[in-house]
This record gives sequence, structure tokens and C-alpha cells, in this order.
Amino acid sequence: MTEREFFGPGEAISWALRRDLRLALRSRGELGVALLFFLIVVSLFPLSVNPDPKLLRTIAPGIAWVSALLATLLALGRLFNNDYADGTLEQMLLSPLPLPGIVGGKVLAHWISTGLPLVLVSPLVAVQFGLGGGELGVLMVSLLLGTPILSMLGAIGAALTLGLRAAPVLLALLVLPLYVPVLIFGAGAVEAHASGLGAGGHLSLLAAGTLLAGLATPWATCTALRIAYE
Amino acid sequence: MNTDFFALGGHGLYVWGSYLVTALVMVVEIVLLRHRRRQAVEILQQEAELAEEITKSNESTS
Amino acid sequence: MNFYHYAAPATFYPLAGKLWPWFAAIAALLGLIGLYIGFVVAPTDAQQGEVYRVIFIHVPAAWMSMFIYLVMAGYCALGLAFKTRLSAMMASALAPTGAMFTFVALWTGALWGKPTWGTWWAWDARMTSELILLFLYLGFIALQSAIEDPRRADRAGAVLALVGVVNIPIIYFSVKWWNTLHQGASVSLTAAPKMAETMLWGMLIMALAAWAYAIAMSLLRVRAIIIERERQTEWLVEALEAER
Repeated sequence: MTEREFFGPGEAISWALRRDLRLALRSRGELGVALLFFLIVVSLFPLSVNPDPKLLRTIAPGIAWVSALLATLLALGRLFNNDYADGTLEQMLLSPLPLPGIVGGKVLAHWISTGLPLVLVSPLVAVQFGLGGGELGVLMVSLLLGTPILSMLGAIGAALTLGLRAAPVLLALLVLPLYVPVLIFGAGAVEAHASGLGAGGHLSLLAAGTLLAGLATPWATCTALRIAYE
Repeated sequence: MNTDFFALGGHGLYVWGSYLVTALVMVVEIVLLRHRRRQAVEILQQEAELAEEITKSNESTS
Repeated sequence: MNFYHYAAPATFYPLAGKLWPWFAAIAALLGLIGLYIGFVVAPTDAQQGEVYRVIFIHVPAAWMSMFIYLVMAGYCALGLAFKTRLSAMMASALAPTGAMFTFVALWTGALWGKPTWGTWWAWDARMTSELILLFLYLGFIALQSAIEDPRRADRAGAVLALVGVVNIPIIYFSVKWWNTLHQGASVSLTAAPKMAETMLWGMLIMALAAWAYAIAMSLLRVRAIIIERERQTEWLVEALEAER
């Protein structure tokens, strides 16, 4: 075997993805926490407003989306913190693997372990709020297309606040305002479908957002990580 | 000046509320800025005095 | 003329000290003229009555809140690209003034909206974006103050400001689009009454006053930041002695 000088981004992505997923599986408790948090927050809303079925159906998409935002935020700490604490992150910055690839793989793993489970449990929300089959379908697709943006934007915030004492609160302050468009299009898709307008426009904008964020955010996250180590 | 000028057709509270609060936050900004500068200068002077004391004590021991 | 000469804190500190009183004077003078036009010269509006006089601070404050964020992001980009310390310091110096103008725009907007459209707040695209802008300013300030190493604070703040500046138009247009789907809930702020020429002049002069005020404040603040950061340098002690 010869020492290689150059590694492609694909190798970096798959390496980081497999590593982070393996670690995530090993600490299943942590995985469950974000999911449980999502379900609890969603369940609190009917108790805080009145349980009128018509009202619940109108507010369901918004509540599912706000809870998804909060659950993603809760899980963002895990993205870099453990690797930062044990020094692995510094090794990654120095490694011959391209950093944007590593970051991309880590963010993808983060989404698979937090965003994707939210999509899969969203039928429970439909049951709780009395959503119809079509609405549930749109909600699931919107979550599927939108939650990757949440993970990617959140990664920038997680990298900027790396190792800071006030990191969790600061992260919420930095990241939540940036989530506004995702929230609008995500919740709006279900609403548009329910009102007969069709969710196509919303969903294609979410898909476009995911693609754009996938191109632009790794750069910002890598810069932020390098800044933290300067 | 007559009272009409301040009443502004019954909407005086809204207009003066806007202008007074704007003036207030500008004053607050200026006060905070003065405080920031004074504090920075103070820290600088304390450090300078400390450095002077250390050099003095070094001279007396040597 | 060397750009890097003036970009050094040691040369900029006395320069800022000489410049800020001029901008403060311009701000005060134009502010007085603007207020005179706004309250004495400008006639009562036919539709809105006297309340519209809020416009003379509301619109300039809203303009400045966005303009300052753009300038701040520009300084941040310069700081990231060329590692000039002064541009990063200018960005941090502008943020509190920008946040102040954003707050003023929101506050005066609420006080104007209540008697005119019957509501303090509406989820209109402009108002919502302005609110998000305030959060972006506060996030920038909070992030920088949470990081102890000034170099990291500068650069982390720069990345955040640039991410924010890309997001503001996206947020604005997403809220606008969302709003058109929820017709009726919003008030149409675009249907503003046709403006008399004196009103326009008053507004422009007040905007110039706000601009001069923002420059004076940021110059003063950048001087304080330079004192905080360049404590160990000889020239600063001498400059402070000379000012006394």
C-alpha cells in the first residue's frame, strides 16, 4: 500500500458519513432524545389551545414544523462537540481528506440520525391532529425536502459557536432567524395543499433551497471551523 | 407655541412617543459608548501602573 | 495615498478622533433642519392627518438599519479576504448603531400603524424582515461578545454577517410570497399617500442626519475598540496622553 496524497470529496463524504452513523448508532439514547423531544413538543400544543378538531387541523403543519426546527436545534450540539472535545476534529482539519467533504458527510449523518426520523414519525402527528392522507403525504415530503436545510444551516451556527460557554443559547439565537424561509415554505406546502392550491410550488422551492444550501453552506461551515482553530 | 402644536390633531401621543423614544435610545447609546471608552482607558492605565510596579520591584531586588 | 496606511489602527485612531466631531455637528445641524421642516414647514397630510409626521424618523431609521447591515457585511468581507484588523473593528463598531436604528424603525412603525391602520403590528414582509434583521444584529453582537479571542470574534462575526446578508432577501421574499397567499390578514403599506415635495425633502434631510450620526457613533466606537485591543502598544499610550 502506498501513501496517497490526494483524496476526492466523495471518499471524504463516505468516510465521515460511515464514521458518524456508526457513532450515532452506538449512542442510541442520544438519538432517541431529539425524536422524543419532537413528539412531546407536538403533543403539548393541543393541550395549550383548545382541542377543536378544525382548529387543530389548521395549526398542525405549523406545529410540526416548529417542533422539527427545535428538535434539529437540540441535536445540533452533537454535530461537532464530541469530536471537538476529544481532539478528533482537529485531526480532521489536518487530514488529507478535503474538509468540505468531511463536513458534508457529517451533516448528512446528522440529518439521517435526526431529520429523517422526524419524517418517519410525522404520521403520529397526523393522527394527533386529524390530518388527512393527502395532507400527511405533503407534510412528509416537505419535511423530507426541508430538514436537510435545517441541518446544513445549523452546521454553520454549530461551527461558529464551537467550544463557547454560551454555545447552546447562542446557537438558537443565531440559527432560528435563518430558519424562517424553511418554516414558511414547509408549513405553507401543507396549507396550500389543504386549500386546494397545490403544494408543487412550495415543494420545488424547498428542493431548490436544499440544493443551494448543499452548494453554499459547506464553504461557510469549513471557514467557521478553521476560524475556531486558528 | 400653542397647545395645538403638541396635540397634533389628537395623535400627539403617537408622534411624540416616536420622537421621544428615538431621542432616548440615542442618549442611551451615547452614554453606553462613553462608559465603554472610559472603562477601556481605565483598564489600560491599571495595566500600565502594574507594569511600572513590577519593573520597580525588579530594580529594588536586583 | 496608501490604503494600508489608513487601515492601520495607529493612523486611524487620531484620524477618527479628528473626524467624528464634524459628523456629529452635521448630524445635529441636519437633524434640526429636518425637524423644522417636519413639524413647521410640512403641511398636514390630507389623508392621515398629523400622525404621518412619524415618517421623518421612521423611514430614515428603516433605511439606515438596512444600509448599515450592508456596510457591515462589506467590512466583514474585506476583513475576511485581506485580514485587515481595522475593517473587522469597523464592523463591530457599526453593529450596535444598526441595531438601534432597527429598533427605532420597529417602534415608530408600531406607533404609526396603530392610529393609521388600527394595528400595532402586522405580519407584513417589510415588518417581519425588519424584526429578523434586529435578531441578526443581536446575534452578531452576542456571538462577538461571547468569544474572548478578538481575532476569532472578528472572523466568526464576519461569517455570520455574510450568511445573514445572503439570507435577508430570501427572508424578505419568502415572507412577501407567504403574505400574498394570506390576503386580508395584512395591511397594504404600499398604498402610501402621494407625498408632497416638502415631506420628501424633510425625509431626505433626516436620512442624511441619521447617516452622519451613524458615522460619528461608529468612529467613536471604533476608537473605544482600538483602546480595548491595542492596550500593549506604545503609540496608544502616547495618543491618549496627547488627547488629555
